[in-house]
Amino acid sequence: MSSLERVRNLLGDAVLDTHEEHGDTTVLLARESLRSSLRKLRDDPELRFNMLTDLTAVDYLGREPRFEVVYHFLALDLTPHGSEPTRVRARLRVKVGVPEGDCELASACELWASANWMEREVWDMYGIRFAGHPDLRRILLYDEFHGHPLRKDYPKERRQPLIGPRN
Amino acid sequence: MVADARRTSLSSDKEVSRRAVEHQVLNMGPSHPATHGTVKFLIELDGESIVDMDVQVGYLHRAFEKECESGTWYQAIPYTDRLNYNSAILSNLAYCMAVEKLLGCEIPRRGQWIRVLAGELSRTGDHLTRLGAACLELGAMTPFLFGIEARELCWDLQEMLCGARVTSNYIRIGGIQSLIPEGFEDRCEASLLEIDRLLVDFDRIIIKNRVFVDRFRNTGKLSAQRCIEFAITGPLLRAAGIPYDLRKSEPYLVYPEIDFDVPIGTTGDNYDRFLVVQAELMQSLRIIRQCLPVLRKTRGESANVDDPRIRWPAKERVFGRMEELIQQFKGVTEGLRIPAGEAYAAIESPNGELGFYVVSDGSGKPYKVRCRPPSFLNTQPLAEMMRGGMLADIVPTFDMINMIGGECDR
Repeated sequence: MSSLERVRNLLGDAVLDTHEEHGDTTVLLARESLRSSLRKLRDDPELRFNMLTDLTAVDYLGREPRFEVVYHFLALDLTPHGSEPTRVRARLRVKVGVPEGDCELASACELWASANWMEREVWDMYGIRFAGHPDLRRILLYDEFHGHPLRKDYPKERRQPLIGPRN
Repeated sequence: MVADARRTSLSSDKEVSRRAVEHQVLNMGPSHPATHGTVKFLIELDGESIVDMDVQVGYLHRAFEKECESGTWYQAIPYTDRLNYNSAILSNLAYCMAVEKLLGCEIPRRGQWIRVLAGELSRTGDHLTRLGAACLELGAMTPFLFGIEARELCWDLQEMLCGARVTSNYIRIGGIQSLIPEGFEDRCEASLLEIDRLLVDFDRIIIKNRVFVDRFRNTGKLSAQRCIEFAITGPLLRAAGIPYDLRKSEPYLVYPEIDFDVPIGTTGDNYDRFLVVQAELMQSLRIIRQCLPVLRKTRGESANVDDPRIRWPAKERVFGRMEELIQQFKGVTEGLRIPAGEAYAAIESPNGELGFYVVSDGSGKPYKVRCRPPSFLNTQPLAEMMRGGMLADIVPTFDMINMIGGECDR
């Protein structure tokens, strides 16, 4: 069974759409049940996506829902095979739509430690909040920064307040 | 009597216990001489032991993604040079491979061999910097100079390839920037011998040195399980005993035809990381040695995709013929048109999995270029590695993580 079929069987109605363009397995998941879906992807004995390699967002301005949060998962086969290199069992891209009016999504920090900084970056750049994140602060920009610069309606030329040294 | 006097100099037993639990907060950075990279640590100290720390990154943020979105697909390539400036060619390569995945084009075999060679040269330079700097962190200047001298040889070869030493801008969508000059292979062979000689000196002076071993062994440890949870890849993960290397695990280019090993460690401490990086360096040199005969044999074959919409025609044809001039003009002004869609491509960079997630809306400009920065993810668990450790151990641990500000902060 391919990993896409397995994901479809496992998550049922939570899967809204799928595609395999350019060989990248992609599923679009429902926002409401995201946390439980992600937990299943991690804990299912066949899939076991043990690494969240990447987490980002895309702003599709003018489309509904406006934002899409994109997760890239990796399932590494950790049972040792002599001197063989680690096998990649599967990769999976998960996308979740987030409407502009309610910019919030369940945090994946409890499931994968790597989500912490990447969710902070998405909050910093796109202004999407993650419910249940232990420490949702800006990460790459400074606290006095106005707005979220990777949104498509943020003009590249906008000036920001200059701040002096603090202690 | 004396004991009593001492006792009264401290106000009370309560005071003693209060002082014992009082922690000091120390600001280290953002431009501290030992953190070669602008990063700030807010450290809570109990004497010299680290109770907790907050790692604050972002001082080198220069809107990489926003800038990419405002130019053409080609114009993003020089920005990728400035991600990991120690191994710029590999950043070029990861970006171009993601775009090529969207285009669905495959470059000729000579181009692939050249990419492997250029990439491994770049990796060699990066590893040499990391190893050399690690010694410098402990106050050993001489091995650092051996490392830098060897890196100079790599950079001279890069300069021969593309005219630039650091920001190479060498890989192109659908091929490479320029042909390999005459005599490159011979020069490369001579340089490899010289690098070997320097590495022997380097090894002799550092690897059994008591000070070095004591400072590196059992510091900055992170278990394999935690590495996986933190999405750590590259030498840090391999030092913890997991042989995950994208060149073997999900081979790309001509890596399946090349003979090389994936060195691993067992404990996941700084000493193992150092040894893994050093062993990988030797493997990179081994790969370069296997590329040279192929390049000699295929000299004269094309290294670029034969499609003027993707890879512009050679300059001598552009200046001499009408059709090619138009193709070049359209390519520069309108930009390359990439079919709408999304793709993620990843390569093994010196720090781990370097991936690019690109989204195209079918116009000449990228809709989204996301760099999956290994440095960013590798820096994340620094606090966990250091908790309970000594203040002075931050410096070598931070070097073995090899956080590159350009890539971490983008």
